[in-house]
Amino acid sequence: MSYTVPSFRHPNLPRNELGYTSKDYEGAVSTLCAGCGHDSISAAIIDACFQMSIQPHRVAKLSGIGCSSKTPTYFLGNSHGFNSVHGRMPSVATGANMANRNLLYIGVSGDGDTASIGMGQFVHAVRRNINMVYICENNGVYGLTKGQDSATTDLGSKSKKGDPSPYEPIDLCALSLQLGATFVANSFSGDKDQLVPIIQAAIAHKGFAFINVISPCVTFNNVSSSTKAYDYMRQHMASTNTVDYVPTADEITTDYQEGTTERVTMHDGSYLNLHKLEAQHDIHSRRSALKLMKDYGAEDKVLTGVLFIDETTQELHEIMKTTKTPLRNLTEKELCPGADALEKLNNQFR
Amino acid sequence: MKRDIIINQFVIKFANINGTGSASANNLFSRGIFRMGVPISPKNIFPSNIQGLPTWYEVRVSESGFLGRRGGIDIMVSMNPQSMQRDIAEVDKGGYFIYDSTKPLDPKLFRDDIDIIGLPLTATCRELYEDPRQRQLFRNVMYVGSLCALLDLDIEVFKQLISDQFRGKEKLVTPNVKAIETGYRLAQENATCPMAFRVEKRNNVGNKILIDGNTAAGLGAVYGGATVAAWYPITPSTSVIDAYSKYCRTFRVDPETGEKNYAIVQAEDELAAIGMVIGSYWTGARAFTATSGPGLSLMNEFLGLAYFAEIPTVLVEVQRAGPSTGMPTRTQQSDVLLAAYASHGDTKHICLYPSTPKECFEYTAMAFDLAERFQTPVILLSDLDLGMNENMSEPLEWDDERTYDRGKILTHDDLENMKERYGRYLDVDNDGIPYRTLPGTHPTKGSFFTRGTSKDEYAIYTEIGEKYIENMDRLQRKWRTASKYVPKPIIRKTDKPCTIGVVHYGTSEASTLEALHHLNTLHGISLDSMGIQSFPFSDEVGQFIAEHEYVFVVEQNRDAQMRTLLINEYDFDPDRLVPLLHYDGSPITARFIRREIRDWILQTTTSPRRGSRFF
Repeated sequence: MSYTVPSFRHPNLPRNELGYTSKDYEGAVSTLCAGCGHDSISAAIIDACFQMSIQPHRVAKLSGIGCSSKTPTYFLGNSHGFNSVHGRMPSVATGANMANRNLLYIGVSGDGDTASIGMGQFVHAVRRNINMVYICENNGVYGLTKGQDSATTDLGSKSKKGDPSPYEPIDLCALSLQLGATFVANSFSGDKDQLVPIIQAAIAHKGFAFINVISPCVTFNNVSSSTKAYDYMRQHMASTNTVDYVPTADEITTDYQEGTTERVTMHDGSYLNLHKLEAQHDIHSRRSALKLMKDYGAEDKVLTGVLFIDETTQELHEIMKTTKTPLRNLTEKELCPGADALEKLNNQFR
Repeated sequence: MKRDIIINQFVIKFANINGTGSASANNLFSRGIFRMGVPISPKNIFPSNIQGLPTWYEVRVSESGFLGRRGGIDIMVSMNPQSMQRDIAEVDKGGYFIYDSTKPLDPKLFRDDIDIIGLPLTATCRELYEDPRQRQLFRNVMYVGSLCALLDLDIEVFKQLISDQFRGKEKLVTPNVKAIETGYRLAQENATCPMAFRVEKRNNVGNKILIDGNTAAGLGAVYGGATVAAWYPITPSTSVIDAYSKYCRTFRVDPETGEKNYAIVQAEDELAAIGMVIGSYWTGARAFTATSGPGLSLMNEFLGLAYFAEIPTVLVEVQRAGPSTGMPTRTQQSDVLLAAYASHGDTKHICLYPSTPKECFEYTAMAFDLAERFQTPVILLSDLDLGMNENMSEPLEWDDERTYDRGKILTHDDLENMKERYGRYLDVDNDGIPYRTLPGTHPTKGSFFTRGTSKDEYAIYTEIGEKYIENMDRLQRKWRTASKYVPKPIIRKTDKPCTIGVVHYGTSEASTLEALHHLNTLHGISLDSMGIQSFPFSDEVGQFIAEHEYVFVVEQNRDAQMRTLLINEYDFDPDRLVPLLHYDGSPITARFIRREIRDWILQTTTSPRRGSRFF
């Protein structure tokens, strides 16, 4: 790991529609271990936001506690960030979103944060369909406390220091699907080509977008006996599809072979082009997604890609019918009923 | 029994079974007397149960306007055979016991030092109404009618109240009025009317209102500009959110689009509720949660984060009897220390202690200003007695000129024009309060990372000891600034120099002031008093204690928590602070306070230094 990075960037770095270079989306230098999967995910978030020409200051980054939750410092330095308490990021994100519906909320969490201490908050954030991207950087191990098994450690998987895990793992993708998540994807930190467009698709999705990213822990869980190691993932990863995010303005110029590509129109008019590698999978069917995951699992394969999407749902503000104006922008004029109204109320109490 | 006639000075208690609709009949009784211009103070004493257990409703009628609990019962209206034995024993000598004579009174319960009045209420209901539910409901309304005759109440006032109550549902007016009239007739047929206790019309309530503290707090949140409420249901705080929700529906919904200028989230637990409040403030909206002791326990971790990361937070805490689940439907002031120092590490939080519904309204609205001014949690510490009982209160007031104090928030232009580097935790004004920015304000300036970890002035993570101390000391400076802003104590001095003072806060106020009045008029003891309104303590609090040799601290908990807080914050000699404690879950009574103070003063003349007798 390096403590300093050169601030020099090539003067002709490509610029996006806003005139920003990818440097404008970077954060502080990572203090994670060299080779940590989480750093690849940070890089993918930077790429996705740069390519989508997102205003960095219109993003709010939130996290809980743990190695994964440190990472919001390492991307989008011009965005406000909030490193909250262990497992409680979903509630903070919910409140933040209630107060200002016009920001893009990116939550970063880990498997300890999501599947153990924060399980209660996670499942309820899914249920409420809060408009946010929720990335679980899943390495199957507690890194900061030096290598204990987590709730997503696969049965029989063995970390560097541990015995084989005696417990059934929590499958966060399957759980999200059952809870009614409206966007569910599974990916691998070592496959940037797949991960970047998935993050873009999640950002374009209106509602709760869950991405589980297998992100190997090089220090405690990157051993041959672990199912969350680089080698294991490279050997066992299978994809249901690849995805292209197509912004509103772009026309579809490529013709894909019929029956293998499905176009999903997002709420803002952008598209996702899903190139199916698994012909039978219906991207709009939870049942199909769950079955396929089980089928692949039975063959020791880890199914990745966009597993499910429901692009027609209502997110929490729409369900609650809150005003289009962010609540934080309302003033005394809209909020305070005034002295006359209070005097009328007094009369009702006499 | 030969009796004196007593006008407008008595305590009446209704013994009912919960879930039988008695609450609305009892409420009708109270409101009727209130409309007759006579001050009242009703208290619900109810179980944590939906149906079938004993519940009581105690009404203090006081021409002089004493609104605390007096102690003792003059009239018992016994409608619950389960609790009859206890209820009849509770009546003061010379009082009345009114029961449903459909079933004869057990001769073993009979007392010859009180008057016993039997009214065949159930039997009459059986004749008049077919539907069993109606029989139960109208039996309650019927005893209100009987009390009209027995207490010489103006029956027309009650008929008017019924027609006001059922405006729009006129079908219900006739049977209710019939029940009132039937009850009236039953009393005339079965008892000598009126009794010795009577109510006469007065003009003693002025423009006062009858409102519960939770409703007032909910309204305070509407007026104070809260747009996000996140909460988890818990007795006795639930009605704060009910009221907020009700008045938001009235005032905050666009009549054309139906769009709401507010959001209420029923969270999965209290941890999430406070997390949502903190998140809302982080992006810039005013938000609040309402809870009780068990919820406050769960919120500790997040309160520490809000204190340390300096995020405004507003919490309405309606205390109930602890510890643990305790007595969930009984009152106490036992979360004083928990609220003041909630969370691990060195933390402390602004607390406000309302005594009346008007203060619930004002302090709740004020809490939003204080929270944003000081970028820290503010806890309104109410209790079940104040929150869930209707209290006679000064009318609520609002100044239309008033604007919300959003505290130190940098705008886009502020940041644009800023030459120096922005530091989230820089003490620019030397008052301990730094400037904050909200997400989404400026493309390149003002962003920072909010964290619960130690950080320097620029919000950068640090474990350097000096930097940590600088930050902790600045928080302490901010705390001292806050002590100048929070409401000052209410000090009431006697005209004579006085070496003994009495300290009270919250719902101990009314009974304490009544006790002091009677100590003066009956025993010739006049004492200074101070009602503490807030934490941190302003200088006046310390001065008052310093000026008196001994100070009673009246409170409703076992461990003398406010006394502990005072000793901890001020280094007073503990012997000088005399605990006066009531903690059986019922509101403290004026008689109890008067007796305790009188006895202490009598005994201290022979053996001083009794301040530490409990410790």
